[in-house]
Amino acid sequence: MKELALMKGNEVIAEAAIRAGVDGYFGYPITPQSEVMEYLMLQKPEERTGMVVLQAESEVASINMVYGAAGTGKKVMTSSSSPGISLMQEGISYIAGAELPCLIVNVVRGGPGLGTIQPSQADYFQATKGGGHGDYRLIVLAPASVQEMADFVDLGFELAFKYRNPTMILSDGLIGQMMEKVELPLQKERVTEFDQSWAITGKTKDRERNIITSLNLDPDLQYEHNLKLQAKYKSMIQDVMFEKSDCDDADFLLVAYGSSARICQKVVEMARSRGKKVGLLRPQTLYPFPSDELARMARKVKGMMAVELSAGQMVEDVRLAVNGKVPVSHYGMMGGKIHSPDDVLKALEEKYIGGY
Amino acid sequence: MAKAIGAIVVDIERCKGCQVCMVNCPTDTIGMSEEVNGKGYHYAYMKNPDNCTGCTNCAVVCPDGAITVYRVKQK
Amino acid sequence: MEFKEITREENLVYKRTPLMTDATLSYCPGCGHGTVHRLIMEVVEEMGIQEDTIGIAPVGCSVLAYDFMDVDFSQAAHGRAPAVATAIKRLWPEKFVFTYQGDGDLAAIGTAETIHACNRGENITIFFVNNGIYGMTGGQMAPTTLEGMKSSTSPYGRNSETMGPPYKITELIAQLDGTHYVTRQAVHKPGPVRKAKKAIRKALELQKENKGLSFIEFVSNCNSGWKMTPNDSNIWMEENMFPFYQMGDIKVDGKLVKG
Repeated sequence: MKELALMKGNEVIAEAAIRAGVDGYFGYPITPQSEVMEYLMLQKPEERTGMVVLQAESEVASINMVYGAAGTGKKVMTSSSSPGISLMQEGISYIAGAELPCLIVNVVRGGPGLGTIQPSQADYFQATKGGGHGDYRLIVLAPASVQEMADFVDLGFELAFKYRNPTMILSDGLIGQMMEKVELPLQKERVTEFDQSWAITGKTKDRERNIITSLNLDPDLQYEHNLKLQAKYKSMIQDVMFEKSDCDDADFLLVAYGSSARICQKVVEMARSRGKKVGLLRPQTLYPFPSDELARMARKVKGMMAVELSAGQMVEDVRLAVNGKVPVSHYGMMGGKIHSPDDVLKALEEKYIGGY
Repeated sequence: MAKAIGAIVVDIERCKGCQVCMVNCPTDTIGMSEEVNGKGYHYAYMKNPDNCTGCTNCAVVCPDGAITVYRVKQK
Repeated sequence: MEFKEITREENLVYKRTPLMTDATLSYCPGCGHGTVHRLIMEVVEEMGIQEDTIGIAPVGCSVLAYDFMDVDFSQAAHGRAPAVATAIKRLWPEKFVFTYQGDGDLAAIGTAETIHACNRGENITIFFVNNGIYGMTGGQMAPTTLEGMKSSTSPYGRNSETMGPPYKITELIAQLDGTHYVTRQAVHKPGPVRKAKKAIRKALELQKENKGLSFIEFVSNCNSGWKMTPNDSNIWMEENMFPFYQMGDIKVDGKLVKG
């Protein structure tokens, strides 16, 4: 029996976490995502599933709590927004280096600096190119609806444990604060039996002690470790996810994720009503990025435009994928302002290279 | 009460020649060797073996846990 | 009596605990870290809790603690061990969780984590080795470097006017309700070592009884950083560190010890 609700994006992250059988949440207040922890505290999940929820003294402490608990094999997460996620970067690099599964939700707000509390997509580079020090990647999921906010929590953990790697949900203030109808996932049992061969749960007689560390003073060993990590990141392509709409006959392609993709759906509609055969490709995973699909589309369309709430970040990955085959332009809004479909349509028409 | 009789065995390769055991031995049993171990450290040894009472003072202050102590149980 | 006779198995009275690995300690000759490691492992062995003990190593000289202590370990980012320990203990309340940290880790970059783990009264044990210097990175000034004490970043001696005075974080956290047992020990002589071991035992027993946070500071030497021989550094420590960082219990059964 479907369980429907009308919920805010931030709150559904919290509800979905409880239902995904998450063991621990460690976080710190920051607009525009404080509702995640507020909702969790209201739900008293320790009574519902035994889930631990703890407000830490800072985002730095929060991410290191996630690192600690993740090292014991538990399902743990945190959520924050841009400035807080910046504070977490060292911890995230540790988590990636130590190959620990966890979920990090970034409800992005306008930057740089203290910036604004309005929505933005200007953390794309930070999310998809590592963000902290060293060569590493996060699995990055980009929800475009409250439904996907719900669905991507469990998916995020599935991928995190599959690859033993941190997953980030890259949302934004708009989707976090927006209410929509959502079908709530079923309650999953909290996992107690799981592969703990690598986890630190106490050295029993049958094994050597386990050590969670990202330290390797021997460069040869650290080199080998990095090769292993790079192979892992490469293998993640099998879990790439994207949605295409109106692409079959399209001769021009919009590329957008999250809130921008919602706006572009309207733009496609408006453009088509004016005879312009425009399609939309919406990455749902920003890493792994749907480069192959974009390369294929580049053989079918005359041009592409990346639409982002930023000065142009994802556009670089689109250009890499298209590799010069067709022109790839960019339209972006910054500072927390949101472009309207008309703004995007106007920009599109200037760039549109149609043809019959 | 007859004097307790003890002896220590020093893990020569583990000893770093820090001498902390030597100054903490109440019966001046321990000295530092003339030769050096594999790492070039002069290592602790029983300079005056008959003095040792097996009190374990040397072993408990040894940062590297290099000393094993024996004591003969007096009847 | 012959040496062979004395050193028969039944006469054994002291041997390094098997919970210390065979790895050569990375610490300088005479450094107190090795002793503190060994005492903790001796207590873990005596309490029979190796299978339920999880240690958190810091960044600093003891970053490699997990090469020497044979229990499950997590290596924390600099200063964050108390947060790492908090989460592990919250999710595994029946485990024995301890952090092992130096003065830079605990009282400089990790101050907030230290204060808040203590204030929350997490049921963990914090082992804090205070040698008044950043050893691993080559002897820089630490929050606990004494007034006038030389280091690579206070080459003319610490000047409180420009660098601020040393501070006693142990007395600070003792004021927080969450701390249950707070004591300051040393490991440079047999007497202090035996007292320190009792303190470690007490701290881990208290953790078993969920009494709140237990915190042991070990004032220790850093002969490389202080540029002294091990024995001179221990004498210097007694004459200079001990007057400022006074030995003994600061808080017992959740109450500050007067005097």
